[in-house]
Amino acid sequence: MGDLLEVHGLTKRFRGLKAVSEVGFAVPQGAIVALIGPNGAGKTTTFNLIAGVFPPDEGEVRLAGRPITGLRPNRICAAGIGRTFQIVRPFAGLTVEQNVVIGALARESRVDAARAQAHAVLERLGLADQAGRMAGSLTLPDRKRLEVARALATRPTLLLLDEVLAGLRPTEVDRMVEVLRDLNRRDGLTILLIEHVMRAVMALSDRVVVLDHGERIAEGTPAEVVADPRVIASYLGSEAF
Amino acid sequence: MNARAAVLLALFAGALAVAPLVADRYVLSVLTTVLWFAYLGQAWNVMMGFAGLLSLGHALYVGLGAYVSAALFVHFGIGPWLGLWAAMLAAGAAGAFIGVLGFRFGVRGVHFALLTIAFSEVARISFDHMAWFGGSGGLFIPVAADGGDPLNLRGSPTLFYYVILVLALGALALARLLLHSRLGYRWLAIREDPEAAEAVGVDLFTARIAAVVVSAALTALGGVFQAFYFSSLFPEQVFSMGRSIEIILPAIIGGIGTVFGPVLGAVILTPLGEVLAWALEVSGLDLPGLKQLFYGVALVVIVVYRPDGVWPWLARRLGLGAGDR
Repeated sequence: MGDLLEVHGLTKRFRGLKAVSEVGFAVPQGAIVALIGPNGAGKTTTFNLIAGVFPPDEGEVRLAGRPITGLRPNRICAAGIGRTFQIVRPFAGLTVEQNVVIGALARESRVDAARAQAHAVLERLGLADQAGRMAGSLTLPDRKRLEVARALATRPTLLLLDEVLAGLRPTEVDRMVEVLRDLNRRDGLTILLIEHVMRAVMALSDRVVVLDHGERIAEGTPAEVVADPRVIASYLGSEAF
Repeated sequence: MNARAAVLLALFAGALAVAPLVADRYVLSVLTTVLWFAYLGQAWNVMMGFAGLLSLGHALYVGLGAYVSAALFVHFGIGPWLGLWAAMLAAGAAGAFIGVLGFRFGVRGVHFALLTIAFSEVARISFDHMAWFGGSGGLFIPVAADGGDPLNLRGSPTLFYYVILVLALGALALARLLLHSRLGYRWLAIREDPEAAEAVGVDLFTARIAAVVVSAALTALGGVFQAFYFSSLFPEQVFSMGRSIEIILPAIIGGIGTVFGPVLGAVILTPLGEVLAWALEVSGLDLPGLKQLFYGVALVVIVVYRPDGVWPWLARRLGLGAGDR
């Protein structure tokens, strides 16, 4: 199958400093691709460029062949990209259900129908019993799940996940990995994820893109990437996994 | 809303509906003021409570509504039932203008609030000098000599009481309806976190403009009521900063973002002011400014002990479930 997301020559400078420099990669339709690299490598900046938080200085982003470079985040969402935030930002003063209903309303104009969809998504993420709780009162694992649920409710074709496994206990990681794999296999959802939990990266991803100092230094299957000397030098060697 | 809340609301509305049968003229005027502030608080709450946009210049929309409808009546004999549409249009347009100016140029939070104050002040000074609107000397609506003409909103205090009762209940129903609509959900999302809202497809600009326009137009309707109830308009009073503050107090005291908060806030605040005035008078302590001082202390006590407003707390005590429904 073809590439759902194509990123070409993406560059972003912050006060002259290159946060992302000519980064290019592709996410094939139906694949799970991981974006890894040490802290400050430009992973989240790359995400924000794709999601429209700020426009790139150079480069292009295409979704299913259509250029989406520099569109506002709400238009990117409408185009079919759902995202989570590295530092979770649920609508804290609203209930879990309201949070997900707002996501569902991205593509559904009737509130009743959006609520039904929201409940299906909550069921899927194992949050159904928390529907009436205030989002701000949830535990971190549940907030991460809510973040995924809200993004999923917008019915994306591509899901961007920014460290949804970080801070979770191993059993919770396994649970989330199961959910993501299920979404990918059963629903054909394409996923691009930033992740530090290498065990999950190895288990989940079809391909891995490695960033360092804002540049793409390697790309390949998980097995190829972990054997790459440059990757080991810059990243894996410095962190136990 | 659970069954208990529905029964309580019906009892409350029923009591207000029969109030003119038992209330004397004074009590009726206090109740009219309560309902007027409940209505305005509800309208203001659409912006702040729902969409998280702080307006400290809502007197602008009250004033535009009041002046447009009054001037149309005085100069052309156009009655308030027609004039209210022009009033809402004028205020809605003013709101849209301020909104576009603020949101296009990234004026946020307290700075946006300052912008709303600025426009309200500009209106106050401008209306002082516009002869067509009566200038600083005031605009007066003739009081019907024969006792009433309901079609032109000329009549007894009882007529006005029922008009504002219908408006207040209507605003309550509309606020609830909006809160459970697609637009309402988007407003809540923006209030909670604009960046996250945008990521789930919310167009911040149009949703925010919608909030300002709806709030301004509703507020203008309260202005139309004011013009015909008091029959006299002075820019110094109508557009005063103090009026803008009075409008926001019921929602803050009652509970920002809740549908019943502004109503409860007005029910607490207006009688509180009246009781204080009475208490100071009978106790012979009627020094200038003393009432305001006690009023201020009372507000501080409420805000300190019920920072989320009285309604969410009361709703829990009454077993009504979530206070925002």
